[in-house]
Amino acid sequence: MIQRFFGTLVRHLDGPLLGLLTLLLLASTAVVFSAAGENSERLYSHLTNIGVALTAMLLVSHIPPQRLMQFAVPVYVVGVLLLLGVAMFGIVVNGSRRWLELGFTRIQPSELMRLAVPMMLAWYFHYKQESLNGRDYAVAALLLALPVGFIAKQPDLGTSLLITASGFYVLYLGGLSWKVIAGAAVAAGSALPLAWNYLLHDYQRQRVLTLIDPASDPLGAGYHIIQATIAVGSGGFAGKGWMMGTQTHLDFLPERSTDFIFAVFSEEFGLIGNLFLLLLYAAIIWRGLVLAAGATSLFGRLFSGAIVLTFFTYAFVNMGMVSGILPVVGVPLPLVSYGGTSMLTVLTGFGIVMSVATHKKLVKT
Amino acid sequence: MLRLINPKQEFLRYRRRMEIAGIIAGVLFLGLFSRFVWLQVSQFEHYHALAENNRISLVPAPPSRGVIYDRHSMVLAHNFSANTLEITPSKTGKLDETIDRLAEIVTIETGDRKRFKKLLAESKNFESIPIRNLLTAEEAARFAVHRYRFPGVEMKARQFRQYPFGAGFSHVVGYIGRIGEKDQERLIEAGLETNYKGTDHIGKLGLEASYEPWLHGRTGIEKVETDSGGRAVRILSRTPPVAGYNIYLHLDAKLQQVAEKVFGDYRGALVALDPRNGGVLALVSKPGFDPNLFVDGIDVATWRELNDSPDRPLINRALRGIYPPGSTIKPFMGLAGLELGVRKPGDTIADPGYFTLPGSSHRYRDWKKDGHGMVDLKRSITISCDTYYYGLAQQMGIERMAGFLSQFGFGKKSGVDLDGELSGLMPTPEWKKKRFKQPWWPGETVVAGIGQGYMLTTPMQLAVATMALANDGVIYKPQLIRAWRDPASGRMSLAAPQIMGRIKLTPNFLRLVKEAMVDVTLPGGTASIAGANTPYLFAGKTGTAQVIGIKQGARYIESQVQARHRDHALFIAFAPADDPKIVVAVMVENGGHGGSTAAPVARKVIDYWLLGKLPTVYAPPEAADVDEVEDNAPAEEPAPTAASVEPANLEAAQ
Repeated sequence: MIQRFFGTLVRHLDGPLLGLLTLLLLASTAVVFSAAGENSERLYSHLTNIGVALTAMLLVSHIPPQRLMQFAVPVYVVGVLLLLGVAMFGIVVNGSRRWLELGFTRIQPSELMRLAVPMMLAWYFHYKQESLNGRDYAVAALLLALPVGFIAKQPDLGTSLLITASGFYVLYLGGLSWKVIAGAAVAAGSALPLAWNYLLHDYQRQRVLTLIDPASDPLGAGYHIIQATIAVGSGGFAGKGWMMGTQTHLDFLPERSTDFIFAVFSEEFGLIGNLFLLLLYAAIIWRGLVLAAGATSLFGRLFSGAIVLTFFTYAFVNMGMVSGILPVVGVPLPLVSYGGTSMLTVLTGFGIVMSVATHKKLVKT
Repeated sequence: MLRLINPKQEFLRYRRRMEIAGIIAGVLFLGLFSRFVWLQVSQFEHYHALAENNRISLVPAPPSRGVIYDRHSMVLAHNFSANTLEITPSKTGKLDETIDRLAEIVTIETGDRKRFKKLLAESKNFESIPIRNLLTAEEAARFAVHRYRFPGVEMKARQFRQYPFGAGFSHVVGYIGRIGEKDQERLIEAGLETNYKGTDHIGKLGLEASYEPWLHGRTGIEKVETDSGGRAVRILSRTPPVAGYNIYLHLDAKLQQVAEKVFGDYRGALVALDPRNGGVLALVSKPGFDPNLFVDGIDVATWRELNDSPDRPLINRALRGIYPPGSTIKPFMGLAGLELGVRKPGDTIADPGYFTLPGSSHRYRDWKKDGHGMVDLKRSITISCDTYYYGLAQQMGIERMAGFLSQFGFGKKSGVDLDGELSGLMPTPEWKKKRFKQPWWPGETVVAGIGQGYMLTTPMQLAVATMALANDGVIYKPQLIRAWRDPASGRMSLAAPQIMGRIKLTPNFLRLVKEAMVDVTLPGGTASIAGANTPYLFAGKTGTAQVIGIKQGARYIESQVQARHRDHALFIAFAPADDPKIVVAVMVENGGHGGSTAAPVARKVIDYWLLGKLPTVYAPPEAADVDEVEDNAPAEEPAPTAASVEPANLEAAQ
């Protein structure tokens, strides 16, 4: 009886993917514990986040893709309206207008758009699959540009770029012509100087400049990069050992349980640990892409494919930023950094991937 | 563009695009991995070193400064620990606001603020500067509770220097003060700056300055793990500091106090030496000042008050006060006359009350208007006859006089182990030519015979010269230090007496002069009252010096200026004359006459030293007793008064 209930409960989960995710979450727990300086409160809070996010994944995995598809338009519309609300009534924190005060809580609608945008685009391509033409790509691009524009204006360059990426993945997997991709790349390249001069804020420009020469501002913007690079480099081949990172435990690393947690991991586990982490991410992405490829509906394929590629992007951008090859944008290391929102979004995404992969039989019958 | 009807074809394209994406992702991960290899393998040494630099800092552990003891192990300078509040300006936001908020927790006086401002102006931004010293236990606890509110403010346990005897010993022991720019330059020049890391005080005056290298000790080093805020997390290794030497003096604190006390309200100086080894038993310069004021930065008002005071408390009169020796030169002159064969012991002169140079009508007057009658050498000392010495000097000539007297240390630094000693002046025609581009006049030799004119001595020089007499010609270097102890090994080392010179003197002549000096303190002598009823043989000589050294500003009110125009009273002495155990030179500023003000001071000091007799409260006689009136500078003597020679110029002149 109980076994059957349990079997029903987990039947939409993918075993290999769940196993890989669990491995990553275990590593995350160890690093967060170290980064938080053995603060058990932080540890409990992290475990709670994981529990909540895993539950969300479990629940989402039960939602059939057809059902999910019905949410695509309303969620997108609500999301865009909320972004409009932020632009008009949002509250400013740290110089950015990202939050909306609802009275009982504050929400950050851009977080919602991380899933809502690829879902909307996947829905659009699914809806138009019988009669897809060039104009549809343009409409899809507009659907992407609208929320991205709002978010970039807040300003939140990191999130807007990553949402652009997730939308682009849908377009790309949906068959966007290589010519257009190449043309967009050239256009983006030539627009870069313009964006540099007119679109970017001073602090964003500073971050890019600091990346090029961190020593130019060792106590200001460069401090994060310098200390993170020292942490990574001094980890060496085998690392300093769990809980033994001097950069971490002597307070030299800023944001060490959130955006810069990879520096902690690198310092304590070294190149070996990094290789393990990269392989784990690669395996998760591999398994995710396999599952996405097995999806029966276009919506399922596009949405879950975009989710997995976005997951890759987050991981790559974060590790690149910590190891000093990408500018500092506020991106957490997915499933490793401490923080409930990111954990929830990512695992919900994987819930969708699993749902899409496991509901195909039901669709066929 | 293109229209898709075939789902199968569409699916294949999707697969291909996914594969491409997967390959790109793989390539990017490889790129990341190569970056990790670069950082963690190729550049490991570099980043490892950077992380270690982050983590480890070398913190100097300052040594504790040596203690200064007197001959009976009484503490003259020592250290105690107390908490200070220190601010590092670079780590603090608004300084004034921080100090205001601090003032709500601990008492911060206006003086503290002023001193902080002064130190702030002198120091670098990243150095921590004390805002409040000597926190009480309650204040320390209160600050500890509120500490988180004050970034950049730290409570530090520090060693403080204290001088328990205060003003009476200020010119001997001196004081330490914060290391200033000039001190820093000197340390760098001497290559000592590393040994002074973590030390912020250095000897500025007195023994604290002259024995600085001994007292300071060796700075240790602590290898400390620090966090990003610079706070020490734990000590990794430690080279302990080595405390400075403890110094034991010949000086007797009680004798010093007695000497100080018997001066009463007079300004002046006293040097007491042990003739058997040159040990300095007492070295007084009155008035003194409280050295404790200087340790942590004296405030401007107090400093100005000390510096501008007409009493000049900051000047060590024993070493830097220069005065004509006056009649105290006579025993040495008499001995010179005998040794150089200019006079025989039995030679007498008839003193009409004045002396004239051949072919001149100018009269060099004796202090006694009608003269002393028949005077031989012994009597010339006892009654301090001027006429005898006018003639003697004239016959001897200035060159021979200078040659003989300089054997006793006149015109030379004594070499005492304190900084800043002046060498006085033993004039010669050669010197005068260099200094004033003028020839030497015969009259200048005449007045030099009674210790007036250009000749200048310090009280220390007078004491050293007197020691030479008492010691039958042997001169020891005056030394404050008797022994030192290295606290590391616990070994005590004795400072050996150093013989500076042996003057060849004929025993008979010497005995004659000594007897004359004993007679000075007996009835009929110029110090007979001060010398009354001594159970030991008390040898001495009185003297009077014209006012010098202290400038008279126009600001002083008339009566004060008058008081400061009075002559300085001098007295040199040793006792017991047959077996000298103590030599004393006393100078009482504006004291009038040696016999009435200076001699009693010496008598009381010697009484204490030889008999252990403590003086009753000293009340200096206001007016001089007629019986005791003695020599005066010749009133008509023209130009060559040394009073016009400033001490500072004097140094350059030689």
